[in-house]
Amino acid sequence: MEAKSTLNAEFKNALLSIDRIGAAEIFRQGLCAETILQRIDDLIVVSLEQIGEGFERQVYSLAQVYMSAILCEELLDTYLPKMVKPKALPTVAIGVLLDHHTLGKRIVYAILRSNGYEPIDLGQGLSVDELVEGAIRSQAEVLLISTLLLPSALKIRAVRTRLDEQGVSMKIIAGGAPFRMDSQLWKTVKADGSGASATDVIGIIERVVQSS
Amino acid sequence: MNEQMTSLERTLAAINHQEPDRVPLFLLLSLYGAKELGMTPKDYFAEAQNIVAAQLRMKEKYRNDCIYTFFYAAIEVEAFGGEVIFVEDGPPIAGSPFITSYQDIARMEVPDIQATSCLARVLDATRQLKQRVTNTAPIIGVVMSPYSLPIMQMGFEKYLELLYFHPDHFHCLMKKNQAFCLAWANAQIAAGATAICYFNPLASPNMIEKETYLATGYPIDCATLPQIMGPTATHLASGIALPLLDEIANTGTKVVGVGHQEDLSGLKHASAGRLCVLGNLNGIEMVKWSREQVHEEVRKTIRAAGKGGGLIVSDGHGEIPLQVPEQVLLEISEAVRLYGTYPLDRIQCNG
Repeated sequence: MEAKSTLNAEFKNALLSIDRIGAAEIFRQGLCAETILQRIDDLIVVSLEQIGEGFERQVYSLAQVYMSAILCEELLDTYLPKMVKPKALPTVAIGVLLDHHTLGKRIVYAILRSNGYEPIDLGQGLSVDELVEGAIRSQAEVLLISTLLLPSALKIRAVRTRLDEQGVSMKIIAGGAPFRMDSQLWKTVKADGSGASATDVIGIIERVVQSS
Repeated sequence: MNEQMTSLERTLAAINHQEPDRVPLFLLLSLYGAKELGMTPKDYFAEAQNIVAAQLRMKEKYRNDCIYTFFYAAIEVEAFGGEVIFVEDGPPIAGSPFITSYQDIARMEVPDIQATSCLARVLDATRQLKQRVTNTAPIIGVVMSPYSLPIMQMGFEKYLELLYFHPDHFHCLMKKNQAFCLAWANAQIAAGATAICYFNPLASPNMIEKETYLATGYPIDCATLPQIMGPTATHLASGIALPLLDEIANTGTKVVGVGHQEDLSGLKHASAGRLCVLGNLNGIEMVKWSREQVHEEVRKTIRAAGKGGGLIVSDGHGEIPLQVPEQVLLEISEAVRLYGTYPLDRIQCNG
């Protein structure tokens, strides 16, 4: 138990220091096909959760959250496809509404992958129509929408309306700076949930899917 | 209520940590001018005279203490030849990043300020506004810091990889951005801007860990800010500043703009007469504030940081969203007069 906790602390510190080589070396220690899933849970999932919580408490920076997610995504790219079959989880799609800032989307994408999801990336700079069309085409159960500015956040309401008009009962999870600055904004735009940090996304997906 | 000082006198007193007749109010109204004139954002920003007319009207209407010549953040991307997308209900946004490879950084040319039409419009508006307000109100020009501009030039993700893993390319980009920033800031000062608001969101510990900032961005800010030929305000655009306060003060900037998450009382105390605080109303929540909430939020801000001067009430991000109702802005203005008139007897101040 102590060894696991030491390994976790070392891995998390390597991520926070943006030490790509160090993080990979720690991840590989004693790794085999039988332990890969457990290793992902123990190191990647736990570390990203802790770093996300630290971001909420203003201990860690957005840059550290992002770079940690990217380093973990690289490890998943290296090890996950070769050794593990994805779990049976809801289909989720993710896109950036109007804006071209994709940082938040990439963080959430990496967190989803580390938790066994295979998210469908709808892209960025999307109009309401493009996002709705892409989401319907993806047949996602949950649509994650990333926004940077208030006007794009408010357009999530139009996404909801278009989906309703087409009889699609897709759950919407809203994210981005406007939702951190106003914790009730997701209700205003008729989303089904939002979180204070990217690592909240797994719990929110589980909650909104259960509520359907 | 009879006010004894001009907006400029009031602001200078606050910045010098003296109590003016009342706490200055900086409603940072940029795109909001399009709403005032009933124009689309694209039409509004196409002519300097629109900005002049709207700024003067809004100063009177909201009894605002500043003129804000900020057009939109993406204007600097536009100056470098990048794409800007105009939308109907929000500020123009930067399109796809124009730096897509590190070779693009080496090839990138610093724009000639006077020969770049979008920047020339800002300078034209600044000159006209200076003629109209003379020395009665501060005219606030805006630049992006060399350190934060690459978020729009190349996208945040690519920029972070550059910053952490490619120091040579990073320094090349900083050199060009610094040259642009200084030329742009000093052109605005020459056109009549009283001070420059230096937007630097990436410096905030919310955005990048302090040790990385100190090793990368801080030397650039220390080298850039003293070369701006007028007073500066460093604005972190909703980011927290307290853990960096000493460093920010050491750059020579006079004002720090902070977001709603900031411990304003702690920040005021720690600034100890070195920095005037600009903030920190929540511009997103402001959209739905009732009269009672406006009064509560303004009172809270002034109570936390108003005593002894050194406070300018403003939003915490650097621009009032278009979606904020005019009535809310009028209530904010009224509440600043009610609670911010010195001596601050109506409220129990901290410190």
